[in-house]
Amino acid sequence: MKTNDLIFQTVTKVVVFIIIIYSLHLFFSGHYTPGGGFIGGLMTASAIVLLLLAFDIKTVVNTLPIDYIKMTATGLLIALLTGIGSFFFDVPFLTHTFSYVDLPVLGKTSLATAVLFDLGVYLVVIGVTMTIIQTIGETE
Amino acid sequence: MTLLHVAILSPFIFAILVPFLYKRFRNIHTGWFVLVLPILLFVYFVQFIDTTMNGDTISNTANWIPSLGINFTAYIDGLGLLFALLITGIGALVILYSIYYLSKEKEQLNTFYVYLLLFMGAMLGVVLSDNLIVLYTFWEFTSLSSFLLIGYWYKREKSRYGAQKSMLITIFGGLLMLGGFIMLYIMTNSFSIREIIEQVPEIAQHDLFVPALVLILFGAFTKSAQFPFYIWLPDAMEAPTPVSAYLHSATMVKAGIYLVARFSPVFSGEPEWFWIVSSFGIFTMFWGSFNAVKQTDLKGILAFSTVSQLGMIMSMLGVGSAALALDAIDDSYYTVATLAAVFHLINHATFKGSLFMVVGIIDHETGTRDIRKLGGLMSFMPITFTISIIGAFSMAGLPPFNGFLSKEMFFTSMIRVLDMDVFNLETLGILFPIIAWIGSIFTFIYSMVLVFKTFTGKYQPEKLEKKPHEAPIGMLISPIILASLVIIFFFFPNLLAYTIIEPAMASILPSLLGDENHFHVHISQWHGPNLELYMTIGVILLGTLGYYLLRKWRGIYRIVPEKLTLNKGYDAALYQLDKSSFKLTRFYMTGFIRDYLAYIFTFFIVILGTALVVKDGFSFSLAGTAPIGIYEAVLAIVMVIGTITVLFSKSRLTAIIALGSVGYSLSLFFVLFRAPDLALTQLCVETVSVALFLLCFYHLPEFKRKEKKLHFKLTNLLISLGVGTIVTLIALSANSQRVSDTISKYFIENSYTLAGGKNMVNVILVDFRGFDTLFEITVLGIASLGIYGMIRLHVKKEEEG
Repeated sequence: MKTNDLIFQTVTKVVVFIIIIYSLHLFFSGHYTPGGGFIGGLMTASAIVLLLLAFDIKTVVNTLPIDYIKMTATGLLIALLTGIGSFFFDVPFLTHTFSYVDLPVLGKTSLATAVLFDLGVYLVVIGVTMTIIQTIGETE
Repeated sequence: MTLLHVAILSPFIFAILVPFLYKRFRNIHTGWFVLVLPILLFVYFVQFIDTTMNGDTISNTANWIPSLGINFTAYIDGLGLLFALLITGIGALVILYSIYYLSKEKEQLNTFYVYLLLFMGAMLGVVLSDNLIVLYTFWEFTSLSSFLLIGYWYKREKSRYGAQKSMLITIFGGLLMLGGFIMLYIMTNSFSIREIIEQVPEIAQHDLFVPALVLILFGAFTKSAQFPFYIWLPDAMEAPTPVSAYLHSATMVKAGIYLVARFSPVFSGEPEWFWIVSSFGIFTMFWGSFNAVKQTDLKGILAFSTVSQLGMIMSMLGVGSAALALDAIDDSYYTVATLAAVFHLINHATFKGSLFMVVGIIDHETGTRDIRKLGGLMSFMPITFTISIIGAFSMAGLPPFNGFLSKEMFFTSMIRVLDMDVFNLETLGILFPIIAWIGSIFTFIYSMVLVFKTFTGKYQPEKLEKKPHEAPIGMLISPIILASLVIIFFFFPNLLAYTIIEPAMASILPSLLGDENHFHVHISQWHGPNLELYMTIGVILLGTLGYYLLRKWRGIYRIVPEKLTLNKGYDAALYQLDKSSFKLTRFYMTGFIRDYLAYIFTFFIVILGTALVVKDGFSFSLAGTAPIGIYEAVLAIVMVIGTITVLFSKSRLTAIIALGSVGYSLSLFFVLFRAPDLALTQLCVETVSVALFLLCFYHLPEFKRKEKKLHFKLTNLLISLGVGTIVTLIALSANSQRVSDTISKYFIENSYTLAGGKNMVNVILVDFRGFDTLFEITVLGIASLGIYGMIRLHVKKEEEG
């Protein structure tokens, strides 16, 4: 059942980038404003889902040749290593720290290790969502 | 986190690198890279000998979960160091040997070395942890990694069987042991072994003390293959020979011995400890050696021999504990047993390690391990023959090999049991030296079988797969080193006595030492013509006789029919378990999701409803509730309409969209109540799940409306009403009564100061309750793998079928 969805596809091409950039914004700003790894991940995943709806699954897999299972694994590993990293400073598992630095363009920025952990969450969420959707979607 | 922690964890870290090394340097055997690590670790641990010799210990704590008293305390004392040296030293030799044993063309070397490293790290963790929970974690890790190693050739049915068996039994024991640990925690409020030891006088009369003792012994006995749990060890021989040499003789199986030694200061004041440990030990010693004689597989002989030797060490530890249990008798009287246990532990690692490697060589060079096919190999493999003579004679307890020394001390300690009349069981006490003596005769016989059936006698080339020849030199280095140690330890036993054995004994029997005191261990080769010597001569005479008349008395093995053996019992139990759990599962797993939902919701109603009634939890008050505005009312109505639409829609598409509208309305609720984070999340989840439905809904089975019988609908109605009522009740009463202050205040006050974040929800997720999140994403990951596996494997099956 292929219909002519040219407008949908054209719009999608643009919108996907906007969504992804917005999701990245959500991810990074999560510590201060609404957002974070979980929402950011879901938002990114929904952008890819939009692609899936606009194009067929083969095209999307070819354009974004990402192994989502590996992505999940990487995310889990990052989260775990962030936790283990705290051992090296002789503090309990998953203790986070933060500090402020002055970056050239962005000005005074806070750097928190929690963001690293959140990156893990972000990757896991994308990985999991897309693994599920792709495996179900690919079966005929 | 100190260098010591890094050393313990280094095998795990290194394991991550192995696959990359394997891929990058395909033409270099991966073992060469791995070999570096145990050598470095060995050298690192050797430095600590100085410390432990002076009676000092080292303890470094890294916080893990301090609020629960769980910290990674790396602790080095004599006992831990002895094991650490064994693990790394034998580990290095085994890896060197495996480089020649496993061909880099045919085998998956990356997985092999990853498993081996995981095992090594886990083992180091077990022996160098002071915290019980950490110890337990590493302990189960050894079970897991050995499962992987035994099943390394996973395409073989027997490997899988052996791997499963070993894991079922050792993990079963490990879980019981955890129960024992928790009891210790309840009694002492500490997970630290040293702190527990300090509190022993106060807790010795506690009701849980003896149960804890028994449970911990379960862990030790399953791991160290004591009777009747030994049945996994012979099947574990399906693993590649380097693994057998490493896990099943030198290290993992000794974890149980380690545990008994480690807990001796805690429990050995109890007579139960002495009785259980020594009697199970001595019986295992006899049973293992008795069964070893009937084996025809070389590795089978060694497996049962390991069982027997472990039993022997166990019994000596048990008798040694009498030094603490008895006040009446001079301490030094029984310490010889502990000394013998420690000494034999080392000796066993050397001679059994070399024997396993020799058997591996025979297997490798002839293609079989069946003694009925082997024979006359002496002239083909002179070096291997020499090594196996040394190893086997040491195992049989003959001079001039180290096994002789510890065997004599074994006899001594068993004879000492006779003097132990405080238990008023002198009549039973006499059994100890007798069983020990008979067991030793069988030990002598199988040692001789091992060597002479293989290397002497008739050479039968037609039964061998390959033409036998001497092994490559690389494969011989490790067994030669071990065999040399066998001889060196005989002539210079006190080399070990002052450096290794004394500190280890100090850890096992700390209460016998005052301040600045040392054990004075002196081992001599000649102890004069006493009872022990006559026993040894008897062993040699009767053993030789038994070996030559083996054919005549072999028949006794047929007295016990195969059906009554423990193995059959295990298989039958496993089969029954499988069958009955399958039946049970079939009973409730109907394959209809609506049934499962019914179960879930019924439980939900029953448990929460009962809790509400029992706790008298229901109350209803409107105080403090916000007024209901027009938006809320409208949204609520939309949601209700959406839900009803789902119920009565004729097409699936309508149902999905109606369900989506409920979700979106909910997120609007979050917007109204100023929870932007939740609103966003709900919005995204809803979007993704609606899309997911749309994407795959035509895969779902056809949407049929079946007319069901009335009573079915009645249950559904009752369940849905029940769930609705319960949820409403809980929501109302939760809102009406506040038992304690709201915790949101804490988060409001601290999220910025402690975690540097202004978004409270995010701070809670990643920081305050980061552990939860870690587990949640793990669960998510597992779930996605499950779905992937279910669908992909299903598809594959269909393609094949």
